[in-house]
Amino acid sequence: MNPVGVEPYIVLSMVLFLLGALGVLMRRNAILVFMSVELMLNSANLALVAFAREWGQVNGHVFVFFVMTVAAAEVAVGLALIVNIFRERRSINIDDLQQMRG
Amino acid sequence: MENLPLLVPLVILVPALGAFINFFFGAKLEEKWSGYIGCFASILSFIISSLLLTYVTGTNGGAAVVNPPFVDGWLRIDSIGLDIGWQQRVDSLSVTMMLVVTGVGSLIHLYARGYMHGDKWYPRFFAYLNMFLAFMLILVTANNFLMLFVGWEGVGLCSFLLIGFWWDKKTPEGWKNSNAARKAFIVNRIGDFGLLMAMFLIFWTFGTLDFYKAGELPNTEAKYIVHWREHNGLLAHEEEADAGAAGDEHDKTYKCVPAGADAPAADARASTNPLAEDIRALYCDNQHFDAELLGVFGQTTERFGTDETVDFGGFQMAFDDVILLIALFVLLGVTGKSAQIPLFIWLPDAMAGPTPVSALIHAATMVTAGVFILVRSNVFLWELNHGGYVIGLVITLVGAGTALMAGYIALGQWDIKRVLAYSTISQLGFMVAAVGIGAYVAAMFHLVTHAVFKALLFLGSGSVIHGVEHGHHHAHEHSQGHDHDDDHASPHSDGGTEGGFDAQDMRNMGGLRKRMPITYITYLVGTLALAGIFPFAGFWSKDEILADAWFEGFELNELSGFIAFGVLLVAAAFTAFYMWRQIVLVFLDDPRSEAAEQAPESSGAMLLPLLILALFSIIIGFINVPKSTPIFAGVYATYEFKYFLEHSLVSVSRGHSLDFNLSIAGIALVLGIASILVANRVYKGKGLASGNRDVLEEGGASRLLFRLAKARLYWDEFYAAVIEQPFNRLAAFLADRVDWDFLHNYFHDSLIKRGFDTIGELLSKPFDLGIVDGAVNGLGVFVQRAAEWMRRSQTGYVRLYAVILFIGVVAVIILMVTPFIQTLLAGGA
Repeated sequence: MNPVGVEPYIVLSMVLFLLGALGVLMRRNAILVFMSVELMLNSANLALVAFAREWGQVNGHVFVFFVMTVAAAEVAVGLALIVNIFRERRSINIDDLQQMRG
Repeated sequence: MENLPLLVPLVILVPALGAFINFFFGAKLEEKWSGYIGCFASILSFIISSLLLTYVTGTNGGAAVVNPPFVDGWLRIDSIGLDIGWQQRVDSLSVTMMLVVTGVGSLIHLYARGYMHGDKWYPRFFAYLNMFLAFMLILVTANNFLMLFVGWEGVGLCSFLLIGFWWDKKTPEGWKNSNAARKAFIVNRIGDFGLLMAMFLIFWTFGTLDFYKAGELPNTEAKYIVHWREHNGLLAHEEEADAGAAGDEHDKTYKCVPAGADAPAADARASTNPLAEDIRALYCDNQHFDAELLGVFGQTTERFGTDETVDFGGFQMAFDDVILLIALFVLLGVTGKSAQIPLFIWLPDAMAGPTPVSALIHAATMVTAGVFILVRSNVFLWELNHGGYVIGLVITLVGAGTALMAGYIALGQWDIKRVLAYSTISQLGFMVAAVGIGAYVAAMFHLVTHAVFKALLFLGSGSVIHGVEHGHHHAHEHSQGHDHDDDHASPHSDGGTEGGFDAQDMRNMGGLRKRMPITYITYLVGTLALAGIFPFAGFWSKDEILADAWFEGFELNELSGFIAFGVLLVAAAFTAFYMWRQIVLVFLDDPRSEAAEQAPESSGAMLLPLLILALFSIIIGFINVPKSTPIFAGVYATYEFKYFLEHSLVSVSRGHSLDFNLSIAGIALVLGIASILVANRVYKGKGLASGNRDVLEEGGASRLLFRLAKARLYWDEFYAAVIEQPFNRLAAFLADRVDWDFLHNYFHDSLIKRGFDTIGELLSKPFDLGIVDGAVNGLGVFVQRAAEWMRRSQTGYVRLYAVILFIGVVAVIILMVTPFIQTLLAGGA
């Protein structure tokens, strides 16, 4: 049996997710926002793995692999976008990117 | 021989083809070829007609009904049982008409080649002439009233086109021509209405429009049919007890031997020839037909005098009265086409057309169509007359009245063609009066002879006009040294004045016998023929009408006979007088104008037809010499034309065939010669009275009479006052008051427009602008405002979006989780 239980992992996951969410909402640097997104993804991964282990099923593990794959692809695309935005505007402050406002 | 009638469609087709060629290719053809085609078509038609004549004579009065190929089911509506075939009839009557139309027509075509030479619309002229021939032949070969009507309208159309042939001349000449054409057309419409009504009645009453069905015998008592049957052993004849004195075969009575076993033979012959059925069937009568399968005339014979009624839906009428009505409507049609009182007024004006047209259409052929249809309908008239109806008297009054009236008017005319026009009306009156007294053969006989000598006179007058015009040009050239060669582009001005000179005015003529000897001789022959001088054609035909009238009056005590005899004698005297006046004024005495002094004789192309017609004006009368005429009875044969025609006319052989009556012939002849002598005495050597007036205008009593004739008895003025002006006033009232003032100004402009405006105002302002536009615009404004307001949410700050997303996600999660928590709490509790 698992001596630790699932709770500490979920708590950790929640903390990480909140940190990520706060980072996304509050930071202005695109790179940091990006990193915060990654943090949220990984907190979710952690929760998934923890539950998978708790229930003794592989679904969670499989799901985590998918998330990581998607995250990798996302990083590639996202960083490329950020690089191009920087080249264009010499800034990666996301508050500057508001040409689409109504 | 048997198959000859099958040629009859060609008689129509050939001129139609000629017209077609000249219509569509005439402009490309040389003038010469245009004329050749027109003449060739006409002459070919004449040859075919002659072949048909050999058929009728060769088969002893055989008649045939021909269904031409390709026109089967011409007018067939199966659902209502209507089937009117395009059938042509070859019998002695139609062949007579065909020969007159194509024979005289061919000569006039030949003449027109010379007369119309140089006209810019030369091909069109020949196209019209050929088209006229085609329609006229449709008319005379028709076997039903509808086809006859097609021809009837067609010739009316051609008449219209040809009267107005020079409609585009410089004013006012062109206007006069086109007005004359319109007048002719409109007046004829009234007559056509009559014929149309007659047709409707006939169709309603009989269920068919066919004259005679194939195989039906119009006249079972005709001489040659009787002979033929006798020859074939089908008749047993016995001498009538008291008729021996006459000694004529015709006075024998015959007993008909029923056809019996021979009947199939007739059927067999008919079947070998599907298109033409020979009516010389071995039957003695039409008893083998069901009564309702007979043609119109056969049915009339069967049904007349019975107390049958005709149901007109709302009311009923006795069969006999319906026939009377039909006959009266036909008579109305006749007064239109054959220029009788009261519809004759178009014919004098019709002289505005080129002279060959006057000769062909308005003297020889088309105007006789009315007489033809009366003769064709002889069964109606015969039955009515013998049923106690006075239709004969009515027709006689119309005809004799017309003859007298037109003869009188002709006395006072100056225009050479107008004299002839009134003369034509007068002679048509003779024919109609002859029909009225039941002398159908005499009417047809006069039709034939009149066609010949009146065509001759018209062509002669054309030659005179032609000559005087050229003389005028000639004189003009000399006096002014002016070259008139380019005038030859249009050398005619029929009915018109040219620089104040009227080439048709007899006052400008005189002495032409020296300048135009051939025209003079032929014109003289025509005049003597028309005046009824022995032995020219007119003598025989006019004498027969008078003899029949005398017989009808003094022997049969019919009122119509007395009237016809008396009135026609006077009309005949007028005829001789005005014709001799014309001869004196035109040809005798001294020339009264430079133009007449220098008038050249016409070309050979114009003189040849004149000579041929003159020849026939002398000899054509011998086709119907009365019985026991001294000397002349032996020349050709007696009553040949009567025995020829009687196969087509039910009433002829039942009527009288008269011996030559010396006293009547003598009276007529003496009267004619006396009139000529009087005219000669009045006019010869006197020329014109002072002020270019007629000699008669000088004297006291004759002045009034002459002026009345000159004013044409004020017929035109009478119609103008009684019909035209009221009509115009009515039209003006309808147009100005009713249409313009009431309908247009008040009703449309005031009522409708104002009402419309009000409703429109109402609809446009409050409704359209207020409600409809308001709704649409309001919707737009609302959307705009809403968008204005909502776009503020789109700040462009990604983080704000993220916050909203986050709040949304949290909200969703809370919503999802709430029931779970509640259960937990509930479970916990």
